Amino acid sequence: MDDRPLRLIVSHPVDQLARTVEALLVVAAQPLLLEELVEATQDDSERLETALSLLSDRYREGRSGIVLEKVAGGWAFRASREAADACARLFERPVERGLSQAALETLSIVAYLGPVSRPEIARIRGVAADSAVASLVERGLIAEAGRESGLGGAVRYRATALFERVFGLETLAALPRLDDLGGEPDAIRERLLAVAEARAS
Amino acid sequence: MATDVRDLDLDLDAFEGPFDLLLTLVLKDQLRPAEIDVAEIVVAFVERLSARADLDLDACGEFLVLVAALLELKARYLFPEEGEELADLEPEEAAAELARRLAEYRRMKAAAAWLGEQLADSRGRFFRLGPAPLAPKVERQLAPQRADDLVATLRGLAVEPPKVSLSHMALRFPPVSQFLERFRAVLRRRRVFDFDGEVAGLSRVEQAVAFLALLELRKTGEIALSQASPFAPIRVTRPSRAWPAAAPAGQSPASPRPDAADASMPSGAVQSTVPSGLDASAAPQTREETENERMLQWTTARSA
Repeated sequence: MDDRPLRLIVSHPVDQLARTVEALLVVAAQPLLLEELVEATQDDSERLETALSLLSDRYREGRSGIVLEKVAGGWAFRASREAADACARLFERPVERGLSQAALETLSIVAYLGPVSRPEIARIRGVAADSAVASLVERGLIAEAGRESGLGGAVRYRATALFERVFGLETLAALPRLDDLGGEPDAIRERLLAVAEARAS
Repeated sequence: MATDVRDLDLDLDAFEGPFDLLLTLVLKDQLRPAEIDVAEIVVAFVERLSARADLDLDACGEFLVLVAALLELKARYLFPEEGEELADLEPEEAAAELARRLAEYRRMKAAAAWLGEQLADSRGRFFRLGPAPLAPKVERQLAPQRADDLVATLRGLAVEPPKVSLSHMALRFPPVSQFLERFRAVLRRRRVFDFDGEVAGLSRVEQAVAFLALLELRKTGEIALSQASPFAPIRVTRPSRAWPAAAPAGQSPASPRPDAADASMPSGAVQSTVPSGLDASAAPQTREETENERMLQWTTARSA
């Protein structure tokens, strides 16, 4: 039943609302927040959530060429994965093309620790981060987010909604926990001490 | 040997004397480390070293330690916060701090690797991007506006402009034929009538048209016109022989015949009698022109 050809939603209490939401999502160039949908449709959020779940079911991988996803804190349409090759033949993805290792490291620091300044990034990475930061800003993956306190404080950066969207993250909270990514300080310390003792002996 | 280093004579901008004394003064806070040019000290030591035949490794080692300590003091003095952070660290703690920083970087590297995997995994993710997807909202630099004013202004613009009156362009003349018929009807009843009396009460335009009708009738020979003096009433006379008993309405008599001059006309009065076509001589032509001129005078005087 679920796999029958896509049809417009029929006989559901939120039919009309779902169609309106579809229209809004088609027009939008970036994910729409639930609050934005509430404002646009002038409907209540509970009914909107029902409509969105209805649409999520209709527009999902394997059933439709358009997939509705919750991303970057909002809702957006994207192409289905099975259509990716065709899309790639026609469209470029300039945002993520040619992201260097330095840029990815910088991006992860900003994503996890942001808002964070360039000196802080440089301290963690051990090298200057100027060009990586500039490249990420230009791509729209990070953006300025105020300055550090004090006179002449360094500009701080945060990850953007586009970053979440490009990496398919519902929010930044969807990033894996840093503790789960290894780099236990105790283990490293023991290794350092072991090396030092080996030299001393 | 070691004393050689401590005895190293220095001639710096801020200090002149042995290296040992310099260090003592710095440690006693009597000389600010920031004022010491460490590079000068190094140069002085290297010069002294080069003056000797063989390399004194002990002296070099001690010098390195002392200069390093001096550099650290200077660095702490220049960057007090950083200095405090690291000042009281025991070797164990320093190792822990280093390990912590390395761990932080390692985690970030792992996070970057995870992002890289995500990126590879998301190669199939295509979505629409606006021209400036996340640009900050542009604030319009407009003077403060009130919605009511805007509505009022728009409403004013939305109203259709009043239609331009074209009434003055249409010259509404009553047809000449109307007066032709009217005069003919009068002439059927009466042989003579005053034009002024007949058109009294009509508008100026109507009077002008009536006058044209009069000229038309005169032209076809249906009437004769006479006027006692300039601006005197125009007397219209039906030539007795010209009129058939019953001419059909709207149709001029086929062959009107001229009437004789009105016997009652006072001397000096302008008299119009026969159509020029029936008059062989040149005189009537001149007379008719004179008459038309007088008519023109009459209308001009009327309209004035």
